[in-house]
Amino acid sequence: MQIFKLSRKSLGIPYGIFLILFVVLPLLVLFYFAFTNGQGHFTLANLSDFFTDPNTLGTLFYSFAVALVTTALCLLLAYPAAYFLATSSLKQKEVLLLLFIMPMWINFSLRITALKEILTVIEGNLARYPFANAVVGMTYDFLPFMILPIYNTISRLDPSLIEAAKDLGANERHAFLKVTLPLSMPGVISGIAMVFLPAMTNYVVLDMLYNSTYIMGSLIGSYFSAYNWHGGSMIALILLAIIILFTILTGTDQDDRASGTGGALL
Amino acid sequence: MKQTTEKIIELNNITKTYASGITAVSDFNLYVQKGEFVTLLGPSGCGKTTTLRMIAGFELPTEGEILLNGKNISTLPPYERPVNTVFQRYALFPHMNIFENIAFGLRQKKMASGIISKKVKHVLDLVDLEGFEGRSVNTLSGGQQQRVAIARALVNEPEILLLDEPLGALDLKMRKEMQLELKEMHERLGITFIYVTHDQEEALTMSDIIVVMNEGKIQQIGRPEDIYNEPKNVFVADFIGDSNLFNGIMTDHLKVRFCGGTFDCVDDIEKGTHITAVVRPEDVIITNPDEGTIWGRVDSVIFKGIHYEITVICGKNEVVIQSVNAPKVGEFVGLQVDPDNIHIMATGDSTNYFMADIRPDFRLEFNGKHLDTSVTAIISGSSRREDGMLVNSLGDAIDPARTKIMIGIHPKDITMTDQIEEGLIDGYISNLVYKGDHYSYVIHTEIGQDFVVDDEYLWNMNDHVGLIMPVEKMTFKLK
Repeated sequence: MQIFKLSRKSLGIPYGIFLILFVVLPLLVLFYFAFTNGQGHFTLANLSDFFTDPNTLGTLFYSFAVALVTTALCLLLAYPAAYFLATSSLKQKEVLLLLFIMPMWINFSLRITALKEILTVIEGNLARYPFANAVVGMTYDFLPFMILPIYNTISRLDPSLIEAAKDLGANERHAFLKVTLPLSMPGVISGIAMVFLPAMTNYVVLDMLYNSTYIMGSLIGSYFSAYNWHGGSMIALILLAIIILFTILTGTDQDDRASGTGGALL
Repeated sequence: MKQTTEKIIELNNITKTYASGITAVSDFNLYVQKGEFVTLLGPSGCGKTTTLRMIAGFELPTEGEILLNGKNISTLPPYERPVNTVFQRYALFPHMNIFENIAFGLRQKKMASGIISKKVKHVLDLVDLEGFEGRSVNTLSGGQQQRVAIARALVNEPEILLLDEPLGALDLKMRKEMQLELKEMHERLGITFIYVTHDQEEALTMSDIIVVMNEGKIQQIGRPEDIYNEPKNVFVADFIGDSNLFNGIMTDHLKVRFCGGTFDCVDDIEKGTHITAVVRPEDVIITNPDEGTIWGRVDSVIFKGIHYEITVICGKNEVVIQSVNAPKVGEFVGLQVDPDNIHIMATGDSTNYFMADIRPDFRLEFNGKHLDTSVTAIISGSSRREDGMLVNSLGDAIDPARTKIMIGIHPKDITMTDQIEEGLIDGYISNLVYKGDHYSYVIHTEIGQDFVVDDEYLWNMNDHVGLIMPVEKMTFKLK
């Protein structure tokens, strides 16, 4: 018995080591750099710099704008699609769902490069609409992450709830607004969490679209490539704080069902 | 006959065929009078829920019309019908509290909030859930959720309340309580109830009228007593309550022969008609062997609380008896049935049914002779497992030693022969009737079972004959 217990526990050791080496230690290092200056002394200057520098603040707001518009666009595209897929009696709806999420399985750089070519043909010069291009790129990249959780929550809804609403006098529109929509909110929130935060930071998309605008991710990257580890770490921490705040506000960490975003397909 | 205006709902020639080609309900005709408690009863897949869903408007009939107070509502959407449903699994809205759940229908009608609160409070009182307004759905027990579901439907004052197996998810004790409560509620409110269940006892307890359904068709409509005492066909007799069913024949005026004996009966049916006799277990009287109409050996005695369930083997027939006195297992007893308690149904189809055993080698055995077929050949997709178990197409294991096969064969497919040994079984002709173009014979066999045989040639009473039954004409059913 003793041996069995030991062996069960020891199964966790490899991952424990990984966790310490690649999560806990880096986090500590991040904290250390964020709150020290070049001489290794404790300072809050990195924090105050961030909130006083118009450039960094501008980038924060710009990233927010990109993420906000991207999320809204994703939601607008994803909800009707997910609703249709989940409620239709189509026999081929699994195939359709597959088509929606298939892009996720195709190499990321290939997808974005293709998008770049298309945008170039349409716009002529990519530099003309940097904000729109950022949004289009992000939306294209993150749309499946919005569709899946919404699809999952709606398709798990008990159809008799909708029938009950209609039975009690609600027409199609009211049944949707009063029952389907509120009950699909966990999926929507989960989808927002999966799109909004990456959209603030994933500057690789912008890079590949030859987009010269800065989002939070690019900002951090630029600090580190300029060897300003202290400022870069602080921005990373601030972003982390925003993420944690967001998670707490939306309560996504509490709802296991909503965060189960179709792991089998991912 | 009551006036037509009292018919609250009429279903005329309703047929529902799904896109898949499956017909769930066919040619369904029913009317319900105002204030009645009508139950649609049948096994799962009999079309009872589909019928209810068509009344609610969740499904549209493929053919036929539904009239509510004389007005055709067949194609109205559910939200325009003055009926409300209590769903099988309650279907309460999990994102709303009890008050909002119940108020949902009233809010759709845009009622003033003062009236809504009053009405919600009133129905909560009605279902004994005073003060539950602010509770959330998932803090309630199954029984409480059930009550909320009923309250949510009743608050809209529907013309008809539809209940789709509402007690199915409750435990036995709770179910019994709710049965009585629902019945009482029905009497108090005077609303028409249409109730769907597969539980015959529930139907008998609660209903004014029972509609027995099977395979999409109405089998019988009647008051609970009538359905129980005078089942119209074998299905109803078998489905409602425990019953003994015997194949037999009318041998004389008010005389019926089944189970190896001739009984007096009260049903005046023409001599020579093939019948099915229904005898309820509680109506069989155990007597001394010399006083019985038939005799048999007690096979098992099971204590059931208020009575014993006794199985007596009479020849090849099994008779189930309920009695407060228990004979001993192995005892030889006589059995009587009061003429009033024998219910006779003329069978259009006089198919002979008999039980065969499965031999260890999977061939079928009857009367000590084996049939030229095996159990795997008659049950499609089944196979023999190494340990001697039978495995069906679903992968379920069946013990052949505990299983019997019911064989059916039509009288015209049995041939009589003088060569006794050639027959699967032999016996003496105990009855013969000329049926216009052929004779119908009853062969009384030593095992106590009578066989009906059609033959165009005349044989004599008491002739000793062997019965040849070709395997390819038989039907088989696992028992």
